[in-house]
Amino acid sequence: MAGYSKPLPNTNPESLPFWEAAIKHQLLIQKCRECGSYRFYPRSICPHCLSYEVDWVESSGRGQIYSFTVSYRTRSAEFRADVPYNLAIVELEEGVRLMSNIVECKNTDLKIGMPVEVVFEEVTLEITIPRFKPVHLL
Amino acid sequence: MGSLTRKAAIVGVAESDCGTVPDKSAMELMAQATKRALDDAGLTKKDIDAVFCTALNGMPAARLAEYLHIRPVYSDSTSAGGASFEMHIQHAAAAIAAGLCQTALICFGGTPKSDPEPFYRFWHDPRAPEHDFESIYGAHVIADYALAAQRHMHQYGTTSEQLAEIAVSTRKWAALNPLAAMRDPITIEDVLNSPMISSPLHLLDCCLVSDGGGAVILTSPDRAENLKKTPVWILGCGSCVTHNSILSMPDLTVSPAKRSGDVAFEMAGLTPGDIDVIELYDSFTITVLLQLEDLGFCRKGEGGILVSGQRTAPEGTLPLNTNGGGLSFIHPSLYGIFLLIEATRQLRGECGARQVPGAELALCNAIGGHLSCSSTVILGRD
Repeated sequence: MAGYSKPLPNTNPESLPFWEAAIKHQLLIQKCRECGSYRFYPRSICPHCLSYEVDWVESSGRGQIYSFTVSYRTRSAEFRADVPYNLAIVELEEGVRLMSNIVECKNTDLKIGMPVEVVFEEVTLEITIPRFKPVHLL
Repeated sequence: MGSLTRKAAIVGVAESDCGTVPDKSAMELMAQATKRALDDAGLTKKDIDAVFCTALNGMPAARLAEYLHIRPVYSDSTSAGGASFEMHIQHAAAAIAAGLCQTALICFGGTPKSDPEPFYRFWHDPRAPEHDFESIYGAHVIADYALAAQRHMHQYGTTSEQLAEIAVSTRKWAALNPLAAMRDPITIEDVLNSPMISSPLHLLDCCLVSDGGGAVILTSPDRAENLKKTPVWILGCGSCVTHNSILSMPDLTVSPAKRSGDVAFEMAGLTPGDIDVIELYDSFTITVLLQLEDLGFCRKGEGGILVSGQRTAPEGTLPLNTNGGGLSFIHPSLYGIFLLIEATRQLRGECGARQVPGAELALCNAIGGHLSCSSTVILGRD
């Protein structure tokens, strides 16, 4: 945890509940109280019906890989030591998509459609970052 | 005839110095391209009453107007990444048709090869709402297009060999363009053996990083008829924005070119089969594949088959990216203006070794951002 040197989120008021919940290892997403649609990334207004009435609800944390890539080059000094590293778009069971990294999985084993579930990495005292790992079905 | 069909014509086009230009600023490149485009048109600076410009920050139309002592009565700094310039054509044609201005300068210059930092910062705005949910994971713009390519492969069986066909055919066109940066022939194996950047995209699936600029002069029908060069008419145009960040792209296999193309074809009263020359934004090979499908040159999922067998090469039946594109000619962070320049020259018959014989109708489609913004312009000559 010490000396985490990668970019950190800004945790503005619009997204603060997400990051506070992540510390408690909960993946919160927003659900509109008027039209019932889920949304991600967090915003104070519903992009579907423009309602401000919102509930933060806990996601099941389960979903599947919608797409992925393994990056071998980057201009970003913070990630240069990590190449090759993966990036994935995960579609949660609730239907919203998140970008993330897939952990506990070899890059060569990544597949679109792979079932994954959220895990939490405490990168600083204030910030815990959700990532995903494969669900190993019995 | 649609609402903007033949309401404006391109009458002047030019590039600035291109390639590696360490001794000139982006503004100097724009000024140089403007002077050359005015010469091409046989117009003077005094004729310009509208300025369209984009840049990676600030108020680009005002900056350019000030630098060249132009006081435009219509100005527009629409920022849609590489697709900005095709949107500028749409906006300028509408403004000219409405009588708000008569002669528009559309211009861009960039120096990301000699001075890459501003370009890099452009993609990483820490205050953007999506930033916190992408950058922390190491997201970057090449990865965004790679995610689309991977999904297309999964859904439709598209292969790396098929994407490589696009890089190979584009290089063949570049060999015929004396201004192109990369002119040596390459093979499909060369593309597949080039370093992986972000899977499944190899180095040779990615566009160049160049210095350079370009300018396009658009004017009203009355004025266009009496100038040096054959007018190149705007027959149809359309734009669409479906998202900004890749995380919010509704379907990674469908670009906003679907909608922008439908609008442009309907306005022009044409179909893909009518088009003689196709100029598509090739930030990456996958960008071209998606546009070919979304614009209706083949069905969704069949882009890989369409580009196979070098069908889009100089010896093929579907002339595509005849200047050598962003993959092999030039890509100074935003490329869309070069599509318009090349299409205009093809329709005038000025392209020498790479001229498509008898070209009468051309389509330009640009896609900017993270497959976010698309703009289509269909051009024709009398």
